[in-house]
Amino acid sequence: MRKLLILVLTVGLIGIMSLPGCKPDPSVELKVPDTSRNISFSIPAGWPQPNYTFSGNPLTQSGFELGRKLFYDTRLSRDNTISCASCHQQFAAFAHLDHPVSHGINNLLGRRNTPVIFNAAWLTSFFWDGGVNNIENQPINPIQNPVEMDMTIPEVITKLSADNTYKSMFNSAFGSDTINSQRIFKALAQFMASMVSDNSRYDKYIRGESGGTLTQQELHGLSLFREKCTACHTEPLFTDNSFRNNGLALDPTLNDSGRIHITNDPADRYKFKVPSLRNIALSEPYMHDGRFTTLDGVLEHYRSGIYQWPNVDTLVKNGISMSDQDKDDIISFLKTLSDETFTHDARFSEPK
Amino acid sequence: MKSTLIKISCLVLMMALASSCKKKPLPVSGSTLPGKVKLEFFNNVGASSLNLNNQWYINENGDSFTVSKFNYYISNVVLTGPNGASYTETESYHLVQQNDESTRSFDMIDIPAASYDTISFMIGVDRLRNTSGAQTGALDPLNGMFWDWNTGYIMLKLEGHSPKAPGGNIAFHCGGFDGRNTAVRNIKIALPQAITVTQNNTPHVHLTADVLAMFKSPNKIDFSTFYLLTSTGDQVKVLADNYANLFTITYAGL
Ligand code: HEC
Ligand code: HEC
Repeated sequence: MRKLLILVLTVGLIGIMSLPGCKPDPSVELKVPDTSRNISFSIPAGWPQPNYTFSGNPLTQSGFELGRKLFYDTRLSRDNTISCASCHQQFAAFAHLDHPVSHGINNLLGRRNTPVIFNAAWLTSFFWDGGVNNIENQPINPIQNPVEMDMTIPEVITKLSADNTYKSMFNSAFGSDTINSQRIFKALAQFMASMVSDNSRYDKYIRGESGGTLTQQELHGLSLFREKCTACHTEPLFTDNSFRNNGLALDPTLNDSGRIHITNDPADRYKFKVPSLRNIALSEPYMHDGRFTTLDGVLEHYRSGIYQWPNVDTLVKNGISMSDQDKDDIISFLKTLSDETFTHDARFSEPK
Repeated sequence: MKSTLIKISCLVLMMALASSCKKKPLPVSGSTLPGKVKLEFFNNVGASSLNLNNQWYINENGDSFTVSKFNYYISNVVLTGPNGASYTETESYHLVQQNDESTRSFDMIDIPAASYDTISFMIGVDRLRNTSGAQTGALDPLNGMFWDWNTGYIMLKLEGHSPKAPGGNIAFHCGGFDGRNTAVRNIKIALPQAITVTQNNTPHVHLTADVLAMFKSPNKIDFSTFYLLTSTGDQVKVLADNYANLFTITYAGL
């Protein structure tokens, strides 16, 4: 209770402080978010501090619900057919099952495989090439992309402003019914950054909880994984947030140069972000261009398919040696990373 | 219990609000009250003012060109004075657009009454605002000065035509805020004469940008080889080092 009091007071005082001399200043709005509807974001035990901390975007039930509605709303696309969730499906851990590259408006194809969305608060960059530096700025691209939703931000604002439900949701989330790009993006960020996947069988095993038993084969897979894969796919997030060249040969039709597109540094050619491997069995196909449809295909790549780029990562350069049995064991371990609690979590599903 | 506490806290809040709205005690003399300065931007080509679309110009290299768009960010404006006065504008982010006269001047407010003889500012947007998520106002991405694939602001954008350029178009989108290829330039210019700010005196400062400086020095630009820039990289530095010399102050006074 004391906490609530302190919260109400601080929120209020910050509000007052942002009013210079209490002059009416149109650029400063006194936001009185409904603090009784604040929700919490908790960091799973043993995990590092998240990169996105909701500072400047305090997490509230109203903000989260608004973000959720936006995420599932096809009106964000030109012809009202595509929502964020058309490509990011909950049952596939918010990846696009079975689609090597994205399918947007009018069935237009994108260049890249739709990535999963969860534990996004821990990511230090977004997109396969890391081109987006903050989750709040991430939605601009799919909305404006002619092969995804093909809208302009002003058009989205006009559409949403015609809907009284949205007006009242923006009002309760942000203290007035103004709809602007900043609020749309902050609400989407509240929804997406709240998605935490930490309830796989592997997690229960680590926490020593019931339901956390791993078989002999899975345990052997885990120890092989820690030997051969952890340097890049680092626990507990199963990514170290770095960009690496893991030896994929170039697909000449897509001709995707990767990270160099962002940094212009030749050392970054064909490097891509190390993706998390949580929920990996639910989110095929694999890699930035979705070239592999099975985990077996991925492991065969690491064993025998490494393309000798000049900057291929030394950890995979000579191939990762493993017997057929090892391969199967690693795959059986990877399957323990599926978190059905998350993929069925009603908070993240399409609002009724 | 819960609701009483909420009521109490609301009460405390309202009291705090009320007290913070009390009139500040009147200062002894009116001349010490803070005042304003008006910054006005004039975009020129050489000696004449920039005329979008329908006028031909010639760059240092002798290439003719037109300009269809000329926008830039001015941020973090600071005024300093000979007697130690200093003023830093808060929320200091401005997008100057040649096609929108209302963006070409703005008032800076709450400036301590004093004499000032130097202005500094950034051409572009600081690193923090490039990385801290969704912004609004001048920094709203809908202003068309934001890269969504390599997130961050386009600090300066010039588009137009030149018969020298393959394809006939020139487009320079200067963005990036990191390292040696940052498109941000810190500018510091002495005013031609000191200005005195009081509550009743609002001095004007005229900043004149010469588009020709973009293509002149230290790097002479040849549109036949350098006509398109839409990403970060070495070429950004080439242009940004030039537009570091974009501005002169053509007037400072009442
Ligand atoms: C047409 C399919 C499609 C639609 C619609 C779509 N996305 Fe995506 N999304 C993708 C693809 C493809 C990528 C990877 C892009 C890249 O790497 O260049 C991606 C990347 C992302 C990422 C970054 C994930 C990571 O780990 O890097 C987030 C977050 C995201 N999208 C959220 C959204 C939101 C919010 C919307 C709705 C406003 C949306 N997406 C609409 C296909 C789509
Ligand atoms: C040198 C760092 C590195 C090592 C070591 C490594 N990976 Fe990867 N892994 C990557 C990168 C980078 C990608 C993404 C590459 C791309 O899409 O272009 C990736 C992608 C994957 C994917 C596809 C994920 C998805 O969402 O599409 C799987 C599965 C995978 N790795 C499994 C493994 C396993 C299992 C091992 C150990 C046998 C391993 N990796 C070792 C860097 C590494």
